[in-house]
Amino acid sequence: MYKTQSGEEIFVIDGHTHFWDGSPSNQKNIHGKQFIECFYAYHSNLSPPAEKWPLEKFEKYDAKTMYDDLFVNGYDDMAILQPTYLGDFYKNGFNTTERNSAMKKSHPERFILNGAFDPRDGAKGLEHLHELAEKYKIKGAKLYTAEWRGESKGYKLTDKESYRFLEAAQKLGVKNIHVHKGPTILPLNRDAFDVADIDDVATSFQDLNFIVEHCGLPRLDDFCWIATQETNVYGGLAVALPFIHSRPAYFGHVISELLFWLGPDKLLFGSDYGIWTPRWLIDKFMAFEIPEAESKETGSVLTLENKKKILGLNAARLYGVDIEAQKATIKKAGGYDHLKAHAHAAE
Amino acid sequence: MTRRDQSDDQLRARHDQVWARLATVMDPELDESVTELNFVTHANVDAGNRVHIGFRLPTYWCAANFSFLMADDMRRVVADIDWVEGVEVTLGEHMYADKINAGLAQGLSFRETFGEEADGDVEEVRRTFLLKAFQRRQYAILNHLVATNYSSETLVAMTIAELEALDLDAEGNKLRQRYFDRLEVLGPVRPHAAAFLTSAAETLSSESLPKYLSGLRRVGVNAEFNGALCRGLLAVRFDLETPLRSRSASTAASVDAQLRPSRVHVESSESLHG
Repeated sequence: MYKTQSGEEIFVIDGHTHFWDGSPSNQKNIHGKQFIECFYAYHSNLSPPAEKWPLEKFEKYDAKTMYDDLFVNGYDDMAILQPTYLGDFYKNGFNTTERNSAMKKSHPERFILNGAFDPRDGAKGLEHLHELAEKYKIKGAKLYTAEWRGESKGYKLTDKESYRFLEAAQKLGVKNIHVHKGPTILPLNRDAFDVADIDDVATSFQDLNFIVEHCGLPRLDDFCWIATQETNVYGGLAVALPFIHSRPAYFGHVISELLFWLGPDKLLFGSDYGIWTPRWLIDKFMAFEIPEAESKETGSVLTLENKKKILGLNAARLYGVDIEAQKATIKKAGGYDHLKAHAHAAE
Repeated sequence: MTRRDQSDDQLRARHDQVWARLATVMDPELDESVTELNFVTHANVDAGNRVHIGFRLPTYWCAANFSFLMADDMRRVVADIDWVEGVEVTLGEHMYADKINAGLAQGLSFRETFGEEADGDVEEVRRTFLLKAFQRRQYAILNHLVATNYSSETLVAMTIAELEALDLDAEGNKLRQRYFDRLEVLGPVRPHAAAFLTSAAETLSSESLPKYLSGLRRVGVNAEFNGALCRGLLAVRFDLETPLRSRSASTAASVDAQLRPSRVHVESSESLHG
């Protein structure tokens, strides 16, 4: 919960978090080592110095650390757990639905648990999707279209197999499809970050929402264009937002373009935890104003209303969260006790 | 002058020539030079006039096709130098370094290197990014001209020859040159053709120009963002925090030290595109 100076409460849903194990003992090979080190480079490069973690903490953090970073020290009210399997790099996987489900189980009022699928898994993958929907009642799934696998160098959502999975997802109520069209996770040959396939499936699957993570970076320009034409395409701000500290001018450019082309109802906050932590991101975001030169160009303004939408209202709508009821549940579970103590201390 | 000095001078000149050629190779996505981006780690000329080039990228996972394109471009521009007897380009610390290096050593294409599954046409990707570079450079010069009070009417009617004849300040000169360097992506350059066409070679009107510019702006913002990200990741990965001496500051050092490229300060790109 973020409280403005005037005492207004802003409900925060963190659209992108992970509970991973990238520690050496779980690494299967050099790729596992390079993968977590690459994440760590993102973390080191874009975090304010005071927020930098030692590599060891970054490789593997425990459930309590995560809970505190998100909900006690951070302003998150809820967080969406997005899995990244990477079974070829990590013995027990990197950040699987199963691993994440432990977080969900210990704090059901705080977490939204998402699944994942890869159309290249065929019938077995479809079966797994059914299992996830049944066992965890997932409402969302994370996809990596650029991932190399054996001889395959990625896939498109427009592939015949992808359609079968999307049809199944629609039927199972897995209606929020988060697609990683972001900075490289694995090498690619064809332009697998190309966002054109989103355009096609967004039209074909009107009951699904497509949340393009990292706003299609490194293809922000193409993404803005297709997202304006589809009512069910959204942008996830993870990776774009941390630039607010190191390169505020760039962030100003990006957010003003996104507001211009997509509008404030189509953007979702995400910390990408543990790459970044929500507290400093939200502090900076709440204090941020789009520079006048930018606003003049695009007419975009980050009003308090827009910030509230981006931080929580939009995700609440996509995931069917009744904010007042959820607040009551969290309060009952003691989730706001630290806030009360804080308020008393202030008085 | 001793024979030794002469051969040192020649070697130095050859190294400079190699670095100058390498500086013309662009990262296709960022539209910035591989030397300015600090991707090239060394370029040595051996006794047999063969050139050995090493490069590295911001992450272990950087796109294989782009990595391959850059390596292939480096090989080509250096092989074109008359005294060069052979070029070896080696990519370091990359998930597919072995495969890419083997492919390069054998002069294979991207597809031959990665097999049937590499179904994307690298040349098509190259063209896509050349068009983006064209748009970004066009936006930069147009924006500059608009800011120096050229009207929409003047700009849409301007020919290439007229644009070339404009008396511009240093910044304008640089932006115009960068734009001209990418013009041929639309086809043969004719001096009396319109200076500013869309990437689909369509003409612009004074009414459509402002909207066209705001569309182009996205391309520039995107590229800036990628450039900032790549530079930051490279700096963390290879610890480039400590600033290196410029070429002129190292005159007293050994020949070997002098042959290192001067590093371009990381922050300088912001003003370039701002």
